[in-house]
Amino acid sequence: MSLIQAISAAAGGAAAVPAGPALGLIEQLPGLQVALPMLGAVLAALLRPGWLAYAVMLVVALLSPVISFAILHEVLAYGPISYEMGGWEPPVGIEYRIDEANAFLLVLVSIMMAMVTIYAPRATASEIPARLHSWYYAMLLICFCGLQGMAITGDAFNIFVFMEISSLAMYALIAMGKDRRALVAAYQYLVIGTIGATFYVLGIGLAFALTGTLNLVDLAVKLDPVQDSRGALAALAFISVGIGLKLALFPLHLWLPNAYAFAPSVATALIASTATKVAVYILVRFVYSVYGVDISETMAYDTAFVLLLASIAMIAPSLVAVFQSNVKRMLAYSSVAQIGYIMVGVALLNEAGLTGGLSHLFNHAIIKGCLFLAVGCVVYSTGITKIDQMAGLGRTMPLTMGAFVVAGLGLIGVPGTAGFVSKWYLIQGAAEVGYWWLVAAIVIASLIAVFYVGRVVELAWFREARGAAASPRAPAPEMLAVTWALALAVLYFGFQTDISAGVPAQAAEVLLNGYTGGAMPVAETQGGVSLGE
Amino acid sequence: MELISAIVEHYNYWAVIFLMVGGLYIVVAKSNMIKTLIGMALFQTSVYLLYLSPGKVLGGTPPILDKAIKTYSNPLPHVLILTAIVVGVATLAMGLALIVRINEAYGSIEEDEVIDLVDREDAAE
Repeated sequence: MSLIQAISAAAGGAAAVPAGPALGLIEQLPGLQVALPMLGAVLAALLRPGWLAYAVMLVVALLSPVISFAILHEVLAYGPISYEMGGWEPPVGIEYRIDEANAFLLVLVSIMMAMVTIYAPRATASEIPARLHSWYYAMLLICFCGLQGMAITGDAFNIFVFMEISSLAMYALIAMGKDRRALVAAYQYLVIGTIGATFYVLGIGLAFALTGTLNLVDLAVKLDPVQDSRGALAALAFISVGIGLKLALFPLHLWLPNAYAFAPSVATALIASTATKVAVYILVRFVYSVYGVDISETMAYDTAFVLLLASIAMIAPSLVAVFQSNVKRMLAYSSVAQIGYIMVGVALLNEAGLTGGLSHLFNHAIIKGCLFLAVGCVVYSTGITKIDQMAGLGRTMPLTMGAFVVAGLGLIGVPGTAGFVSKWYLIQGAAEVGYWWLVAAIVIASLIAVFYVGRVVELAWFREARGAAASPRAPAPEMLAVTWALALAVLYFGFQTDISAGVPAQAAEVLLNGYTGGAMPVAETQGGVSLGE
Repeated sequence: MELISAIVEHYNYWAVIFLMVGGLYIVVAKSNMIKTLIGMALFQTSVYLLYLSPGKVLGGTPPILDKAIKTYSNPLPHVLILTAIVVGVATLAMGLALIVRINEAYGSIEEDEVIDLVDREDAAE
């Protein structure tokens, strides 16, 4: 206990009541969630032998899901948690604020990190030079820390800082790819990502100049009376475009395909399944919680515009994916398309739609994580990244390609897989507002997915193996185990929808209420309320 | 006349807009990677000014807790931008490091030339 207090005190200052009695571990969980990976990263960077750094990462990655499940349990049982970082009261101090929406996201991110970590050691050994292992693990931890921080914090500027922490680590991770094109991909991502982050700060700056606060709850309260002013709308526009760049909303997605294609397998799996998802959450948080759904009335054209972009995003990158020769780049274009689905759910502004969007966020993370890890197994065993060379792999690596097929079915949205559940909600949400063209777009995009997934499946299972595909080395058991764990999760969440759709439905309800919706007891105890109402 | 005074009174914002658009233009227009990063840094700096200039109260002192001090500048924007500067420096360092590596790998820091080589490698795949 005293060690943990010391750790959290060192990382963020003793939180809660500074002069109070012995601090309970439970109250410190939100702080630990960010402090653990940050300390782990420093430790991993200092430990020269790669396996020691890996051990640190393993401990952190296995502890984090436990913490985030405890937080989710706490939130579901007792309502939103407000944690005062360093013991400074919000809105002056930085507040970590956790409700159903981000507790769910924390669980998702930490589980994916744990999965990827178990998978990592041998995949890393085959792709990264031994002298860089410690740095690589440290970067993964920093990236994880930034993503957790973005998800957990309730302070607009703190989001920016964590966003850049995770982004900088991501640039480094991508640049560690074996191919020299990875460097160019990382550079392009750096330029675009920095512009996105700067747009975000610009938007926050305008909102800050208007209200004098950075705390999200306080911001929601103080923006309410000036919601329709030009400054508030300009702030929202800058924030949306900035985050749009980070989450790769079509047509702002140009950095994504090469970044995913050339990053090391483990980094791709982690980034693809978590980074864009956390960015989506930030956008949802601003549009729903801070500005509130009623803003949509003044911005009906804008949501229609986002819906249009999202439908193009579902279809156009899917078509591009069909013609890719590199399997990782094909999956990357598919990711851009899946972001389109999620954004459809977000922009529909009704409960079924938002539930579908959040549920797809969760399901796509599992599905795409599984697919990238399966491809990682193929790269580990054969060194193949081209789709043409994958002919016959189903016969020589049946387990790996079996998982690929299961997750591929989930990507298409076949009934009985997780992908079906979220697409069902999305279609329901679109039908509710009578957008039948949108329903058609969702179905068409799913049909295109049949082609690009089917192409790989056909080659792998119905052709003779030649060259490297004929004699792969056996994939490592822990790599296969993790890939299959995710593949089984794709099936499990297709039938058991309590977590993959039930929790998103609760989160959607909370988000639709907004911070100023009255359903939030925490918001009412703060000083800003009298100014706003 | 009103328009002119509105422009003159908000000259700090005009400086911000000028730097911002200029920086963004450099990022988009220049092929040389170092110049792109210079544009990027300029763009970031303009946002620092956007925060800092409204935070200054004319005739105000530093915010020191003392009875004699009545008017003081808002310290929060300064603290925020101190953080943003650190982030900006880290990003710039990261970008420059990547350019060094790209130069080692491709022998050029002209984005056009490097992209040509990348496209050729893509086509050869």
